[in-house]
Amino acid sequence: MNARDIYLTGVGGQGIGLISEILLRAADHAQLKVKVVDTHGLAQRGGIVVSHLRIGDNINSPLIREGKADLVIALERHEALRGAQTFLKPGGTLVYYNVVWQPLDVRLNIAREIKPEDISLFCKENNIKAFKVFVKNLDEARMQNIALLQCINNKNLLPGVEKKHYIMAMSDLLAGSMLEKNLKLFESKSILVN
Amino acid sequence: MKQMGDMLLKSNSFSEIVMGNTALVRAMIEAGTRVVTSYPGSPTPEIATAIKSIPQKLRPFYFEFSTNEKVATEVAFGAAVNGHLSTVFFKSVGLNVASDTFMQLSLMNIIGGMVVVIGDDPGANSSQNEQDNRHFAHMSYTPVFEPANPQEVYTFYLAAAKLAQKMHMPVLLRLTTHVCHAKERVGFGKYEPSEFDNTPKFNTANGPYIPITSLVFPQKQRALKNIAHVESYAETSNLNTFFNNGNSDKGIITTGLVNLSLLDVLENANEKPDILKLGIVYPIPGKLISDFLKTHKEVKVLEELDNVLEKEIKALAFDSGCSVKIFGKQDDDDWMGEYTPDKVDTVLRKIWPDLLPQKSEPLKGMVTIPARPAQMCPGCGHRSAFHAIKKALANTDITVADIGCHTLGFLPPYKMGELLMCMGASTGIGSGLSLYNDSRKVVVFMGDSTFFHAGMPGIVNAVFNRHNITMIVMENGTTAMTGHQDHAASGKNFNEITEKIPIRSVLEGFRIENIYETDTYNQDKLTEFVKQAVQDKGFSVVIAKHPCMLKFTREQRRKPGYKARKVDIDTNICDLRKECIEQFGCPSFTRQDDGRISTNQDLCVGDGSCLQTCPSKAILTPKKI
Repeated sequence: MNARDIYLTGVGGQGIGLISEILLRAADHAQLKVKVVDTHGLAQRGGIVVSHLRIGDNINSPLIREGKADLVIALERHEALRGAQTFLKPGGTLVYYNVVWQPLDVRLNIAREIKPEDISLFCKENNIKAFKVFVKNLDEARMQNIALLQCINNKNLLPGVEKKHYIMAMSDLLAGSMLEKNLKLFESKSILVN
Repeated sequence: MKQMGDMLLKSNSFSEIVMGNTALVRAMIEAGTRVVTSYPGSPTPEIATAIKSIPQKLRPFYFEFSTNEKVATEVAFGAAVNGHLSTVFFKSVGLNVASDTFMQLSLMNIIGGMVVVIGDDPGANSSQNEQDNRHFAHMSYTPVFEPANPQEVYTFYLAAAKLAQKMHMPVLLRLTTHVCHAKERVGFGKYEPSEFDNTPKFNTANGPYIPITSLVFPQKQRALKNIAHVESYAETSNLNTFFNNGNSDKGIITTGLVNLSLLDVLENANEKPDILKLGIVYPIPGKLISDFLKTHKEVKVLEELDNVLEKEIKALAFDSGCSVKIFGKQDDDDWMGEYTPDKVDTVLRKIWPDLLPQKSEPLKGMVTIPARPAQMCPGCGHRSAFHAIKKALANTDITVADIGCHTLGFLPPYKMGELLMCMGASTGIGSGLSLYNDSRKVVVFMGDSTFFHAGMPGIVNAVFNRHNITMIVMENGTTAMTGHQDHAASGKNFNEITEKIPIRSVLEGFRIENIYETDTYNQDKLTEFVKQAVQDKGFSVVIAKHPCMLKFTREQRRKPGYKARKVDIDTNICDLRKECIEQFGCPSFTRQDDGRISTNQDLCVGDGSCLQTCPSKAILTPKKI
């Protein structure tokens, strides 16, 4: 089985749709067979938004099975751990943007906030490779997804998909100053990964 | 940047990455559909997004968002009895609203043909239930085509339109959430724009079109004949697929997206059953299925939601004297939720425990992560409204919700609108709650798009029958929850600028005397108005308005020279009363590890609606950054 299953997660408003569509089109430009499905609707209003992305010749459903994802990409810290716990396979890879949009119960002081240490501990225990991404002084929060994209490219997390494919995908979807700003960040050296 | 509108009008055959909803629009264009109507509802609004991507001048068909699904169905039907191929699309529960009209369609000689596209929602991702609309198809004698992926959405629509045109009947194309939203490369055919004949062809000679008393029977006869015809069509249709795994012991009959889940689950199976995937799920092809039953010892009917096929197939086996063992639903869980690959895995193990390999070890060291319920956006006028209205009511008062973003008011910290049924139901329910009730005030909520959709009959009833309740219209100027579609009070329809129909004028037309109106950001005034309105005798109204801030902020961002604004908290003044984070509850407020409150600069839209909620005045006026 040569399928590669990627689970993307974040909070409504963070730009999951765009990064998912970039990965989808980049994989397609790389001549890979690919399927995607996003969750829409009610979840957009500050709830969890996820996207399933599957690459491979013999895939049928666009939906990934729990505990089978090769890669989890998360735009928020709580969702990173939730996504990894639910969908990642042992020995898989997690890449997340280290930002917090506190869930209701954290704001109401009913639950505690998830910390990077929680994620490290969980990943260590399950032999998961984790990349924590952050950009200091980023102009627009909605571009955090592009910082993740750079990490995905640099660490070759989608084998067979090259830098030029990501750029082609971004050019399919964006234009003008939006495209310029996103490409600039994609090439930026100020993205911290650890 | 690729333009969707250009792609949808290409004349040559081509392939492109699209979601199911977009593939549907290309199919409409190739099929020569002339009139398309809808009311917005997930999972279908992106169909309209794709339509909008084609400039109106170039759009080969007429499209409108109608005021509700029933009206949309009627407009599409009217066009079709004039000879135009038409299509109406809406969400699962939209069919409940449309049902009065929908139920009549198959009785009529629809000379242009009509395709009803329904977005069912197994798993209730964004609906108040997960109803299985195949039941409606049975009740109304309407054939159902069920595609599994975007490619099939395209090919199945073309086939459905062809059948509808040929037989002058309605055909239901049943999509589900993840068929609508799946994205993959889809191959499309050629598009040759045809010369359409716009002559209005309505003619009573094509009837009868009046279903009254004995005239109903020839019409019903027509519907039954059509269904019999479609059954024989289904026997040989290439929309059904047989997966021959050479297994004479085990077979599975399934449909749509469930089959894709099944194929994935069977990838590592110890043995692979044969599969009959039905593309036409009503009426079912009796002979095709009987042959499948006869050639297998055990057959599992694998169907999402209700046991519609199971009952039909068991009856078929009984009639044909077939001794095959048929497995249907085993327990309540089999009736619930979307049949994802994980679900199908669980369902199959109940029947054939040895079919699938052992499950792998779960991950270790799980941590409990706080849930993340959907909530109102930063700056949302509904938040200010709930915060103010709560102050005007006693804890024992009863608040009734309606459909829309404001439904989310039931969550803490507001807990407002604690009973919900469906579109426009709040005034009727509230009226009932007010009977024999002098001790608990009844306040009902109503969204503005919902007001026009299904709200007005309940309001007129409350006025006419003198019910003692207060309605709060949560007016944000748009159909927000489904992606900001315009409605009758927006001053714009899908195609052009129109005269606004102000909700206040409508209410005044209903002779409602006590109408109060304020922007929700004026919280003190809103509290005062609600206090007054619940004291008023009879039906009183408070219009609590503020533009949808998600829409407003997006529009602002697109303007040249836009500068974001953010609020901040003066930590020297803040004495931790926590009204902002615990009662007002804007998601921008963040609790620090040391217990102090700060604002999340990624989330804050600088609306400043929070300023008035701080008793210590520690929230500073929004600054441009």
